[in-house]
Amino acid sequence: MSAAFDEKIHATLADPKLQLAVYTATGRLIEKRRKAITPDACPDYQELRSHANDVKRHTIEHLDYYLEKFERNVKAHGGQVIYCRDAPEVADFVLSLAKERLARLIVKSKSMTTEEVDLNERLEHHDLESVETDLGEYIIQLAHERPYHIVAPVLHKTREQVADLFTERLGVPRETVIEKQTMIARAVLREKFLAADIGISGANFLVADSGAVVLVENEGNARLTTSAPKIHIAIAGIEKLIPRAQDLAVFLKLLGRSATGQPLTVYTSFLSGPRREDEIDGPEEFYVVLLDNGRTKVLADREKRQSLYCIRCGACLNHCPVYRKIGGHSYPWIYSGPIGAILTPQFLGVTHEPGLPFASSLCGACAEVCPVKIDIPKILLELRSEVKKSEEREGASRLERLAFRVWAWVMRHPRLYEMAGVAAAALGPSADGGGWVCKVPFNVGPLRAWLSQRDLPPSPPKSFRQMWRQR
Amino acid sequence: MSARVSLFVTCIVDQLFPRVGMAVVDVLEHLGFTVDFPERQTCCGQPAFNSGYREEARQVARHFLDVFKDADYIVVPSGSCTSMIAHHFADIFDKEPARLEQARALEPKVYEFSRFLLEVAKVEDVGARLEEVVTYHDSCHALRELQVKDGPRRLLGHVHGLELREMDAAEECCGFGGTFSVKFAEVSGGMARDKIASIVRTGASAVVSADSSCLMQIQGAISRAGLPLRTLHLAEVLASR
Repeated sequence: MSAAFDEKIHATLADPKLQLAVYTATGRLIEKRRKAITPDACPDYQELRSHANDVKRHTIEHLDYYLEKFERNVKAHGGQVIYCRDAPEVADFVLSLAKERLARLIVKSKSMTTEEVDLNERLEHHDLESVETDLGEYIIQLAHERPYHIVAPVLHKTREQVADLFTERLGVPRETVIEKQTMIARAVLREKFLAADIGISGANFLVADSGAVVLVENEGNARLTTSAPKIHIAIAGIEKLIPRAQDLAVFLKLLGRSATGQPLTVYTSFLSGPRREDEIDGPEEFYVVLLDNGRTKVLADREKRQSLYCIRCGACLNHCPVYRKIGGHSYPWIYSGPIGAILTPQFLGVTHEPGLPFASSLCGACAEVCPVKIDIPKILLELRSEVKKSEEREGASRLERLAFRVWAWVMRHPRLYEMAGVAAAALGPSADGGGWVCKVPFNVGPLRAWLSQRDLPPSPPKSFRQMWRQR
Repeated sequence: MSARVSLFVTCIVDQLFPRVGMAVVDVLEHLGFTVDFPERQTCCGQPAFNSGYREEARQVARHFLDVFKDADYIVVPSGSCTSMIAHHFADIFDKEPARLEQARALEPKVYEFSRFLLEVAKVEDVGARLEEVVTYHDSCHALRELQVKDGPRRLLGHVHGLELREMDAAEECCGFGGTFSVKFAEVSGGMARDKIASIVRTGASAVVSADSSCLMQIQGAISRAGLPLRTLHLAEVLASR
């Protein structure tokens, strides 16, 4: 584990206000989801999950076919499709288009994919103003932070903190009532929408058979982003494809329920192509940027390609006891929680943060709530093995590797195992009136780590096998 | 002739909680089973597997397969070790067809303790008596990898004198997670403290579970906090008479 990862975890655990904020907010989302998937609220919930997994598997296994189909249908509606290999290619495309159209101001709706390619920062380097219009993302942008959570980017901030931020950055009087804070942001953002030259959105789904970009949201800002400016650019990972519009009947049911406990989000927009002659609104130009940025590498791995099924609902974050302790900003990349722990090593390489796949008790809560049934613990285990192989090549973690080799050798030799047990019991703390132990003579390594948090069981006078023999 | 049951006691019970193993033997014999303890057994290999050392895990798993190759039933007082044998052996032997076949043949014979009682022995009332208010902690692997949820509760429900009170966070991880408990000690400790807070809210005087590793974590945190609570493996409760 890197020192940076360790420090961030420690800092988050040491902040009681933050601990409470994260625990409460995720707890609320857990409760909302729970109510939304009861047999009364959603009788076919488990069938929907299986179906969604089937559809995603099929689509990912035939991604080339669906990408081409999607592209054909976008073009048929007068839109354009641009394939980008990585972050600089996305920025180059947006910049060159902005330059050609003399654009100065961009409005954005919430998109993890654009976070992934640091789009705002890249645009700002070229004097383009890019404004986040989702309330949470807007707050994050004002605070110069990264989203704390895939769905709830400001999950970690209290309204008091937002009040201070607005006063500091916008020069408005301090306001702690959430509705009034919303009105402050709205007043600023309405002006931006009216003046914007380009609107950039992400995509929740790309529908191959209709060439449509589907967006779900609750605030209405994505609708404005994609219809008010003359140009709409949707930026999406290639894994966002689904074959048919009718598949949305499954995915929309699962996404809202899993993310926020809503049967459906307030707005669901289907965007296909620029405004047609008989339409009253919509952009004049419509582009879909399809991003690779490591996805084809994941696709090539038979075991782990299911990582691409993710629909970014955030349920695994809410239910993860580790996320709830260490929070979103401890994770080394923009994707946090269990899904971040499997995506980051696959996108950026296992050496980027070798501790990440190990930051899990493998409790399986993530897999249990995943609406598309990604087997996250299985992928974490695969990644752990990859980390160890890479460490072996680099000569890292020598002591731990040696320890496991010796351990495995002892475990294959029952007499040695028994002798080691007797020796450990003799050296270890004995039962002092049956009490557990908080101090040991050799307080080092894993023992020290254990004792930093809890007591140790005393060594019993006899092992089970000794008792078995003597009975 | 009574059915023969091979006990895989697990390394943690063998070395640290032998009473749990004796309780399993007691319950099984009380129900008329002949218990066999293959003495060459050691560990299932899970510590290495979960830490990313697959070759080391395979070595230990091969030893396990050899030791238990003639077993009719293998009873394990741990959901986690049961899942390692029943599910993850297949993952680690995916490139060794002979071992894979052996692991698959073993899989239907491996039973987590409570499952064996309900599905093979077909009993809910084992004749136990314990005057105590307890709460039950769902160990993650028993719950999510073996779907053990109601079984232990049904068994506890038939213990005379016992009152089971559900905690609000029964399904939340205790934070043990093998080497996770020492690699991310602070996080693990925080999870354990959340767990015991939930246990305390029930007013129970003991917490029961199907895994001694969870109980080691929970008891360790209880002891550090100085709380008047005890931990009991399900087998210990069922062996109380």
